[in-house]
Amino acid sequence: MTEIIETEQTFSKDTTDFVTVEIAGQMFGIPVNVIHDVFMPDFITEVPLAPKEIGGVLNLRGRIVTAIDIRDRLGFPARERGESCMAVGIERNGESYGLIIDSVGDVLSLDKSAFERNPANLDPRWRQVSVGVFRMDEDLLVILDVNLALEFDTNGVQAA
Amino acid sequence: MDDLLSEFLTETFENIDVVDVELVKLEQDPNNKEVLANIFRLVHTIKGTCGFLGLPRLEAVAHASENVLGKFRDGVIEVNADCVTLILESLDQIKVLLAHLEQNEAEPDGEDKDLIDRLNVAAEGGLSGGAAAGVPEVAELEVPAVATEPAKEVRPGEVSEEELEAAFLAAEGPDDVDVPSSDEMESSSATEIEEQAQVEQATSAEEVKAPDQSGAPAAGGQSSIANQSIRVNVDVLENLMTMVSELVLTRNQLLQMLRSQENSEFKVPLQRLSGVTSDLQEAVMKTRMQPIGSAWQKLPRIVRDLSNELGKKIDLVMTGADTELDRQVLELIKDPLTHIVRNSADHGLEMPDVRKAAGKSPTGKVELKAYHEGGHIIIEIVDDGKGLPTKVISDKAIQKGLVTEADIANMSEPQIQKFIFHPGFSTAAKVTNVSGRGVGMDVVRTNIEVIGGSIDLKSTEGKGTTLTIKIPLTLAIVSALIVKVAGQKYAVPQLSVVELVRTKPGSGYVIEKISDTPVLRLRDRLLPLVYLSDLLGVRAPEVDMGELKTVEEVEDDATTDNAGIVATVSGDDFQAATQKVDEDFIIVSQVGSQTFGVVVDGVYDTEEIVVKPVASILRDISLFSGNTILGDGSVIMILDPIGLAANVDSLGTEAAEAKEEEEASAAADNDDTMSLLVFKAGSDEPKAVPLSLVTRLEELDVETIEYANGANVVQYRGVLMPVITVSPHQTLKTEGRQPILVFSDEDRSIGLAVDEIVDIVEEALQIELGSDNPGQMGTAIIREKATEVIDVSYFLTQGFGDWFTTTEKESGKLNKRILLVEDSAFFRNLITPLLATSGYDVVTVGSVDEALKLKEADHAFDLIVSDIEMPGTDGWEFAAKLQEDEKWGKTPIVALSSRNSITDVEKSREAGFFDHVSKSDRDRLLSILGEAIDVEEDAA
Repeated sequence: MTEIIETEQTFSKDTTDFVTVEIAGQMFGIPVNVIHDVFMPDFITEVPLAPKEIGGVLNLRGRIVTAIDIRDRLGFPARERGESCMAVGIERNGESYGLIIDSVGDVLSLDKSAFERNPANLDPRWRQVSVGVFRMDEDLLVILDVNLALEFDTNGVQAA
Repeated sequence: MDDLLSEFLTETFENIDVVDVELVKLEQDPNNKEVLANIFRLVHTIKGTCGFLGLPRLEAVAHASENVLGKFRDGVIEVNADCVTLILESLDQIKVLLAHLEQNEAEPDGEDKDLIDRLNVAAEGGLSGGAAAGVPEVAELEVPAVATEPAKEVRPGEVSEEELEAAFLAAEGPDDVDVPSSDEMESSSATEIEEQAQVEQATSAEEVKAPDQSGAPAAGGQSSIANQSIRVNVDVLENLMTMVSELVLTRNQLLQMLRSQENSEFKVPLQRLSGVTSDLQEAVMKTRMQPIGSAWQKLPRIVRDLSNELGKKIDLVMTGADTELDRQVLELIKDPLTHIVRNSADHGLEMPDVRKAAGKSPTGKVELKAYHEGGHIIIEIVDDGKGLPTKVISDKAIQKGLVTEADIANMSEPQIQKFIFHPGFSTAAKVTNVSGRGVGMDVVRTNIEVIGGSIDLKSTEGKGTTLTIKIPLTLAIVSALIVKVAGQKYAVPQLSVVELVRTKPGSGYVIEKISDTPVLRLRDRLLPLVYLSDLLGVRAPEVDMGELKTVEEVEDDATTDNAGIVATVSGDDFQAATQKVDEDFIIVSQVGSQTFGVVVDGVYDTEEIVVKPVASILRDISLFSGNTILGDGSVIMILDPIGLAANVDSLGTEAAEAKEEEEASAAADNDDTMSLLVFKAGSDEPKAVPLSLVTRLEELDVETIEYANGANVVQYRGVLMPVITVSPHQTLKTEGRQPILVFSDEDRSIGLAVDEIVDIVEEALQIELGSDNPGQMGTAIIREKATEVIDVSYFLTQGFGDWFTTTEKESGKLNKRILLVEDSAFFRNLITPLLATSGYDVVTVGSVDEALKLKEADHAFDLIVSDIEMPGTDGWEFAAKLQEDEKWGKTPIVALSSRNSITDVEKSREAGFFDHVSKSDRDRLLSILGEAIDVEEDAA
């Protein structure tokens, strides 16, 4: 829950720092303060029967991290075999999660005035994980809410 | 909650538990001044604290019981069972009040006048021994002056300062709230108590804290124990434990890395790190350890109450109370232990006179022993009671349908005795307050198994019973077997693994299938199997167990691991295992009373793993109990044996449900689907018979088939059963076992010998070709093959020439005329002989219109049986029409349909049907028809 408050707080200041990440060619922004780590996911153990968004579990410096593939979460096509990927480590309710993305870009300080809520016609899948959009000079930066990204229907989970 | 209040609650609960135990001690040894003083002091503390916190109700109860205790101590009244019971009662009341206080932070309304009055009576000697009872004057005389001194403003019998002083001198235990165990209580200091007493007399709220917070340090020099223990929040310890676990894992990783390097400069420091880590782990584990005695604390009281209630003399002996185990485990075994001890006292021990008659001491003994063995704690509960009555248990097991008599004959005594762990099993003839509801031992067993423990039982009738519980020291680290499925490793907790079986052709162990359900013959028992890969959905189910995996497939398994991400595959033994692809490994597991086999691709060795909970988004997957990091740094999922067991169960039921659903939908599409048993006899062409007609499928040893009076017969369930062949070309087997379809009616059976039972199919059956051959109803297409449908009635008459005639005479249903309205020719053919067999006179028509024509022609029937779904007028309309009819209005009409949902049945009743029967349920059809006839006769 604390992350949500932090997320809100980030908007209360004039500028906010975001880490840009790329997922299937699209730039997304994640508030810097929720990110604990950026790492290369290695040796991911698949979890059978898990929702398809869950890439698996992995060992990050002695902690077990549950990896969520943002591509699956947003309905992008799966990564090609051999294509490199990165992960952004976050904490939620004392548990460690890793959001798997394609690559990590820069840290941007963005002015609050350029922020807008999600456009009404945004794909509902995207709307589920995004809190709004920053208008940048050349690009649009969709802000990913990591909490929303972790809230997904686990009803698809079946015991067998 | 207020800090003060919560501390008070913690402390008081602990004190009360101690008083419970001490009181029981006191009862056995009334002259033990030490114990008495201890109790007095504790109750006094409770009373005092209540007074400060403004809890008048609690105070009043505590005060009244303290009063009685004071009289004990002064020797004014005698310690006897009644008084002790009364004080225990008041302690219970205090517990109730405390519980309320804990929840609502306030005392409940009301008062405990009755209890207090009784305590006061007791204090005046009302309950003590024969002489004093009923002579209050005498008692009053003996009451010390303080009690009646009004100047001091003490309540009746309130303890005076002098008395307190005396108590302090007598008491030797420190008021050690941190260590509730009673023996530690005894080595104590008077100073602390005195200080408390002073504090208790103070009024300011600040000072109230003193007994808890400043009390112990003030006692300093004298009280060593109080100084050596501190209260630490459990969370802190848990956190510490988690971190140490991480450290251990990291250490393991480092050691693994070191092994691959020779002469590394890290070697020596790493070894030291390793040593220190192990010590640290042990030390942290110790902080979580508590003596098992704290789980036993309540038992003396329980046993005492029981012995009073049941009129038995029970001696509870506890040894090894200082055996330590993880507090988490401790919490979890408290209830099972209590239950077992109750059981032993209630069922196990006999009444004193019975014991005497059996030459035993009239006092029964229940013994509790705890000790370490390996990485486990063993707890034994031994009673010298009557033992488990094997005969009663086996009878009950048979009665409950758990086993057959034949099975029992083959079972050993311990095996039979283990039935008490079966759900709903109780051998107590009557349900007592204490036990006998049959919800006990299975719950005990499950609870113990949940924490990775096991329970065993040894009992000799007449001598007693020994229950042995084996539990792990801690839940944090478990030993697990690492297995491999579809290229990925999983951990299976070792405790649930009974044995490992390797199957391969020629090894004696082969996986067999019964209608797609894999099973294994293991020491003359069939073990249900599940493929872990199926459960996990990581690979398509193997179509044929005989089919060998090709090398490509094996390679596929290895490479499809994780898309784009390298999997951690290692272990030469696994490689070796997969090369011989026709091998499987079966992990034989036991959970509760369920034993099953899990088929995996490969098995590695065992590893000590630290169980970590899975992330909350994965918690819905019942198959995993956690995950862990292996020594090589990879993360693996830990399989939950209980989840596996549930899946073994549900696989069967799910399949059955799916099948039912299928049947239901098939039935909705087509009225005529039915279960058919497909078999071969005499030739390779399949033959079929409606399954509903077959009573049983048997495999009889050919040796038992005898030839008598020109026919083959076999002794079957106490009578001779003719065994006939389906076709004249067919011969009985000469060796091995002969599959036989048994058809029974009333007390007669015939066996139809077949060569092979092929399958049971659900088919929309249409007899395409009629047949003039005797014994053949016609030919139908079943599973896309022309299949001969046999006419059972023909074979029945072959076996017993008078099959139909005798039943007719016996049944007394002679001349009852039934009209069967059924559009399907097949069902007409099926049901007509069935009804005829039962002695009815059957007229069949193919539609409602035909039936109505018969009505117009003034035909009368005793009963009408009608299908529901028919072309033209359906059954419901038909029934509704007949309701108002003059001629047939009174004739009961029974619906016979393959649509059997509740709404269908309701609709039938509304339409005026007498009842609604499924087409496949022939027994019910006959019984309903009987009922309907009776009703009709009564009406007439």
